[in-house]
Amino acid sequence: MEWVNAVIQGILLGGVFALFATGLSLAFGIMRLANLAHGTLALLAAFIAYSMVDATGVNPLVALLAVVPIMFVVGYALQRGVLNFTLTGDPLTAILVTFGLAVVIENVLLERYSADARGLDAGSIESASIRVTDDIAIGWFPLMTLAVAVGVLGLLYLLFARTRAGRAFRAISDDRATGRLMGIDDRHYYALAMGIALATVAIAGVFLGIRTTFSPADGNAQLLFGFEAVIIGGLGSLWGTLAGGIVLGVAQTVGAQIEPGWSVLTGHLVFLAVLAVRPHGLFGRALPA
Amino acid sequence: MTRVDDGTTSTGRAPAVEPVAPGEWRIARWTPESRVGVVAALVGLGVLATLPDWGSSSDMATVVEIMALLALAQMWNLLAGFAGLVSIGQQAFIGTGAYALLVLADDHGVDPFVAVWLAALVAAALSVPIGVLAFRLRGGYFAIGTWVIAQVVFLMVTNNTALGGGSGRSLLSLGDYDRITREDYTLYTALVAGAGAVAIVVLVLRSRLGLALRAIRDDEGGARGAGVDVYRARLAVWVIAAGWTGLAGGVIYLQRLNVQPTSAFSVQWTAFMIFIVVIGGLGSTTGPIIGTLVFWILRDQLTDLGEWYLIVLGAIAIVMAILAPKGIYGLLNRIRPFQLFPVQRRLRPRRRVKARSAS
Repeated sequence: MEWVNAVIQGILLGGVFALFATGLSLAFGIMRLANLAHGTLALLAAFIAYSMVDATGVNPLVALLAVVPIMFVVGYALQRGVLNFTLTGDPLTAILVTFGLAVVIENVLLERYSADARGLDAGSIESASIRVTDDIAIGWFPLMTLAVAVGVLGLLYLLFARTRAGRAFRAISDDRATGRLMGIDDRHYYALAMGIALATVAIAGVFLGIRTTFSPADGNAQLLFGFEAVIIGGLGSLWGTLAGGIVLGVAQTVGAQIEPGWSVLTGHLVFLAVLAVRPHGLFGRALPA
Repeated sequence: MTRVDDGTTSTGRAPAVEPVAPGEWRIARWTPESRVGVVAALVGLGVLATLPDWGSSSDMATVVEIMALLALAQMWNLLAGFAGLVSIGQQAFIGTGAYALLVLADDHGVDPFVAVWLAALVAAALSVPIGVLAFRLRGGYFAIGTWVIAQVVFLMVTNNTALGGGSGRSLLSLGDYDRITREDYTLYTALVAGAGAVAIVVLVLRSRLGLALRAIRDDEGGARGAGVDVYRARLAVWVIAAGWTGLAGGVIYLQRLNVQPTSAFSVQWTAFMIFIVVIGGLGSTTGPIIGTLVFWILRDQLTDLGEWYLIVLGAIAIVMAILAPKGIYGLLNRIRPFQLFPVQRRLRPRRRVKARSAS
């Protein structure tokens, strides 16, 4: 029964990873930009929420209403002001700049908030759970996280599949030059895409902050988890991201069930196994060029 | 056309001069500056080797650190600047070098100054399976993938009680040496690691492998079409860089004496390599030398700033990467092109031949 419980908790944990993975996958899918600052930006969102809760005493879930638009604006400005200049065809510049950005943001957070572990208190929902059997309880908050992840992915699916903007995103993703010839303002759409990516990472960061304690240096681990979820699920597959997150979540909780210190390591090993056996992921179409 | 790279493009054209019949050209790699550069480097190395006679312990420690950083930066540059392999996981090989040194020297009785070389081989061997896995990813995802793999190595080490777990172990076998001898040997090993790294990059670039790498960098499809085994060329350079990075890791811990997993496998090592190479000049052999010196001076100056030190370094790297992607070396080259090491092939008219035929 412990094992069933571990799997259920893992599926729920997958919701957080899927939220992290979504923004990463989005930026890579549209701009071929691997954002190495993704995890640290999630921590930035969590700390913004922390400051708001600290100043006004609102519930962090309410603070999210402000943090999401703030991170959208940060993303838009970052892409338009900095990252657009790194998209030269050679991925090197973008890697260097986003890695540098991660170092800068992490140390700004350290300077401002110190290395102490912080937490976001969302009130009674954090501990409330549905009792299934004596051994298995499903927490409301993890369930909500998974539901939000599904909701975010659903909205993005609708955005890309059904709207005019979504068509523009797909066009410049396939062929930037031709998209531009068709009158698509690629720099604007890239900035919008990064805005959306950081809006999703804001949700991920705040949910992470409610779920566990966090400190500025935790961002890199979240980047790696999100990336693993993307690769396990398969590049370019929106719903694959969710599946990847869940596989990673289950791997981590089952690993922890085997031996408490092995949680993260088991997740990494499952990722490497997928990379070795099925490099295009569970739902991916092909390897990136 | 000003060539900023040490390694020229594979399609380098002859300079515009009076037409000379074929056969009257020679390929020259040595230039006046590169003669001066190589001689100066050798003289500098010789002077540093006499450091035990006139320098203090802390001078020697400084030189060891600079040489280790130079080796790390040269190897990272070989990967990123010439082979298009941007790794954020080089700390895997630093840690492997450090721990292999520890195990060989303390558990198996190998002399530490021999073990540090064997540790380099261990790091090179480990890099083969790592490369096979990571090469399935490209560009930015390759970078993150190498980072994940470095974390895997870290977690395996830190969960291993024989290796001292999370708190690590001390290099006890170095106690067999008295302090003076130990410091001298560490310095010599560091000098070989630093100078050797430069020599390796120069030799690789002059070799067939170097030509293949630059062909791949300029046009991967074209290189494949011309018969370059892209995978093998990349794996070869990956293994070379991993081995020498492992050696540098061993040198660092010969000096630190205490191997801790969080510091040996810290991503900060790779951050330093990136900073040095980006500041000095990516894709050139001279750049990392300039970068190492600038980095060391900056760190000396900014060390009181706490977190601000890394914020400043990160900000400089971002600005340089966008505005001056070839670093300080690239900027200097805009003023006057120069090559400190003979890696670039140029066509020169064969004057002596002409003189002989005229007589």
